[in-house]
Amino acid sequence: MAEETTKLICITCPVGCELTVTHEGKKVLKVEGNQCKLGIEYAKQEISEPRRMIITTVRVKGGFHPLVPVRSAEPVPKEKIFPILKELRKVELEAPIEMHQVVLENALGTGVDVVTSRSLPAS
Amino acid sequence: MFEKQYDVAVIGSGPGGLAAAIAAKEAGAQDVVVIERDVELGGILLQCIHNGFGSVIFKEDLTGPEYAYRFIDQAREVGVEAMMDTFVLDLTPHREIYAINKRDGMVKINARAVVLAMGCRERPRGALAIPGFRPAGIYTAGTAQRLVNIEGYMPGERFVILGSGDIGMIMARRLTFEGAKVERMLEILPYISGLKRNYVQCVLDYNIPLQLQRTVIDIKGRNRVEAVVSAQVDEHWQPIPGTEETIPCDTLLLSVGLIPENELSKKAGVELNPLTGGPYVDDTMQTNVPGIFAAGNVVHVYDLVDWVTKAGLLAGRHAGEYATQRRTESDRKLRVVAGDNVHHVIPEVLDPSDLEREPLELQFRVRRPVEAPVWVKVEADGELVKRKTERYVRPSEMIMVKLSPKDYDKVAGAKKLSVRVEEKG
Repeated sequence: MAEETTKLICITCPVGCELTVTHEGKKVLKVEGNQCKLGIEYAKQEISEPRRMIITTVRVKGGFHPLVPVRSAEPVPKEKIFPILKELRKVELEAPIEMHQVVLENALGTGVDVVTSRSLPAS
Repeated sequence: MFEKQYDVAVIGSGPGGLAAAIAAKEAGAQDVVVIERDVELGGILLQCIHNGFGSVIFKEDLTGPEYAYRFIDQAREVGVEAMMDTFVLDLTPHREIYAINKRDGMVKINARAVVLAMGCRERPRGALAIPGFRPAGIYTAGTAQRLVNIEGYMPGERFVILGSGDIGMIMARRLTFEGAKVERMLEILPYISGLKRNYVQCVLDYNIPLQLQRTVIDIKGRNRVEAVVSAQVDEHWQPIPGTEETIPCDTLLLSVGLIPENELSKKAGVELNPLTGGPYVDDTMQTNVPGIFAAGNVVHVYDLVDWVTKAGLLAGRHAGEYATQRRTESDRKLRVVAGDNVHHVIPEVLDPSDLEREPLELQFRVRRPVEAPVWVKVEADGELVKRKTERYVRPSEMIMVKLSPKDYDKVAGAKKLSVRVEEKG
């Protein structure tokens, strides 16, 4: 397979290093422009299987607010984002809610749970 | 009128206020109260449900509410009192706070030290002078964020976002997640004004059409927004005739900058710097009014919440020491001024004897971007005290320089400290 270079911006932290990644298909050969090790990990993941966090809200019955924010415990493959969002739209939790309560276990077989990202008392 | 005495009263319970309250308590203040106008503690972080917070302080990737709860929990543990759903009406130079709430009615709080932690506000439409009627469907990005993330309302279906600040980019993704269409994002500058990672994960990932050097010149619609007219701008931000485009949409979001919120500060006689919109502060984050300190975005708007927390910890510690009279006033005041390509520096004044004891941080923004390595130089009466390299400088990214006790001798007798940015030859 031919060697190619791809330009990426690392999204791991707010610095936003501009990476130049040399790779053969999904195999990363060299990463330049990173200021820390996380840049190398990001480049490998982004070239082989880009992942992103899911951040949204789900509905709450009897809560202090009508919604509670939720997050994926880890990033999920990009193409799973919209299908998981669709699943989350069906969820309605009941207050009170604990921080990091599981909302969707092993979301669509990704091995990643979606959890609440705050506690919420009943109204 | 209900009246109460506190060592330290903090106005606002966002990240700056919570950190200040915790630090004041840890510095020995007995009674510390946080006054919050919302019904719960945490401030704007609670509506910032996305991740990306905490990389500096916790070396973790937290969402806004998770970050807030770390400090809400800690404030409770150390015994900070909270007055929620309470609106501060007035603050005097003698540190008397007049507030109002449903439970107690009018309340007067006498504090030995006050920490201003009101944060910042979004620049509204009125400040932009966009012509047109006043139809429904125009929101600041943060207002839309609150509606979508906390109150559960979608403000529209087809959006145009003016400005490429972080909140605007985050909202572009959020609205896309909720099934809306972001028709366009327009930025008047030749570069995006938020973080690069938000450009990647909010704009590029979802193919949001972003156009640089364009702005909104007209809003169509009488009762509800029906379209906006955009145009390209020249280097003086003036619309170029013939470049107009009508973009059909029902909602316009403004993400065009944040301004420190200092209406209360003014009532107490706190002097504001017209360049930042925030109070002039010394290295202890004290304003010109003795005993009134300021923490976080109320001083100048930070890029990261982690820096707001650090600023709050500093202000709170000194407010605690002031309240318990463990800090004696000194008249050794060294002015800190902005030199070449520096917009403003915080603090504006410092007491060199503080530097003898502990490191001090100078924070500043540049006036113009330089996309090449530069020297950042700190000079005392023209003599070099410290220099460091930055790979590039941009107005959107705050720069920090640390002075250490080793630098004390060079600073001790000086009249003026200046910070400047110089391109490397």
